[in-house]
Amino acid sequence: MSIEPAFSVESLGHRFGQRRVLKDVSFAVAPGDFTVLLGLNGAGKTTLFSLATRLYAQAEGTIRIFGMDIRERMLECLRQMGIVFQQPTLDLDLTVEQNLYYHCALHGLSHREAAHRIAAEIDRVGLADQRGDKARRLSGGQRRRVEIARALLHGPRLLLLDEPTVGLDIASRQFMLDHVRRLCREEGLAALWATHLIDEVGEGARVVVLHRGEVRAVGEAAQLLGQMRATSMRAAFETLVQEREAA
Amino acid sequence: MKPIHYFRCLAGISIREWLRFLNQRGRLFSALVRPLVWLAIFATGFHFVLGVSIIPPYETYIPYSTYIAPGLIAMILMFNGMLSSLSMVYDREMGSMRILMVSPLPRWFLLIAKLLAGVIVSILQAYAFLLIALIWEIEPPWYGYIAVLPALILSGLMLGALGLLLSSAIRQLENFASVMNFVIFPMFFASSALYPLWHIKEASLVLYDICEINPFTHAVELIRFALYGQIEPTSAVVLVAATAIFLTLAVYGYDPAKGLMARRAAE
Repeated sequence: MSIEPAFSVESLGHRFGQRRVLKDVSFAVAPGDFTVLLGLNGAGKTTLFSLATRLYAQAEGTIRIFGMDIRERMLECLRQMGIVFQQPTLDLDLTVEQNLYYHCALHGLSHREAAHRIAAEIDRVGLADQRGDKARRLSGGQRRRVEIARALLHGPRLLLLDEPTVGLDIASRQFMLDHVRRLCREEGLAALWATHLIDEVGEGARVVVLHRGEVRAVGEAAQLLGQMRATSMRAAFETLVQEREAA
Repeated sequence: MKPIHYFRCLAGISIREWLRFLNQRGRLFSALVRPLVWLAIFATGFHFVLGVSIIPPYETYIPYSTYIAPGLIAMILMFNGMLSSLSMVYDREMGSMRILMVSPLPRWFLLIAKLLAGVIVSILQAYAFLLIALIWEIEPPWYGYIAVLPALILSGLMLGALGLLLSSAIRQLENFASVMNFVIFPMFFASSALYPLWHIKEASLVLYDICEINPFTHAVELIRFALYGQIEPTSAVVLVAATAIFLTLAVYGYDPAKGLMARRAAE
């Protein structure tokens, strides 16, 4: 029996006016997979996320969440997704807890259920003592942890993270990476982690290299290194990005 | 999603709106002080300048402060509707709008929930104003306090829907000053909030016609009549129609495939 991918895009394209920002993009993320969407700034990562979360209307190609076409079952698809945007999205005037309750309400959770889940998630990201603090008082790393906790509150099976470590120090970055990888490994969550930071591609991760709106390579990190005959991911990425530009 | 999920979502959005309102003490303060300044200074100053004849719903001569009270209540609703729209622009700039937009409920419902949440906050402010206005002896009959509630809801919905529509068109927070100059002030002054329309008709027929088609005039009149337990049917119909039009356009404006949001993304 074949397992439906948690997230798949087929022949996805998008234009902003005359400017084409995504072209014939196809790849899939299996349940339990930690997949890195690697690309420079302007590669089309955020556009892809915006299409998958109905912030932009999708015109070309197909996006499926656990086999469901988002154009046909958008709301059910959104229920399955936890999202961490590149731009911080906490309400800085509310406390950590108030931000989390707000998210639970948007997903229709009862107050009791919300209280239970908030306690569990906030504890997992190590911010139990800060739950009553205004989001404004938290550091950048702490805010990102809250956003991860929030993305998990409604029990999604797929996590979409758009540049979640931008601006964070090394310790906070490592915490975020370890936390999400653990969720994939231990809880079977699928994660699509968009980044321009090559060192976030860890061993065993699947990588999708996106450049100028096109997929340049898809596969296991080790497999890509072999194919490109490169000694490091950085070298492989640079070759992939330069190859067609030179052509 | 079941109806209870929709209700929880509406409650969550309302609580957030209320918490934000309480956190912004300046907003709370100015929301009450602004109409009170008009009442305490403007109404007192013009007490003997602007005569108000006996016009429905009033059965006798009334002080000018009593005449402008419904207009000031409508002003509270309008400022709150516009500030709610400002918060949408702020949320969009700050990113927190995305959390609302990616929740698994229809976008039209999310926008209506946001609108209703703003109206609840507006109504509580309007009642707070009515309580404080007792100091100026603005005392509608006791049943007026109950009868005015549907008028406040309908007026609040219309003005909030207008705010939502504007927020879908405003690109940046800085553009809100234009809303003040080109929407709030003209709507307020070209209405029956400060002077009866017959006064305006004597001075300028064109201005009178503008006031007549201004939905804010109808919000003021609906509130004025409701405070005395009466209904102004024309105003009620105009407000329902204006709310439907503004809300439909706002939902269109926030549609990623069709509206202004789509055009903005393309730029």
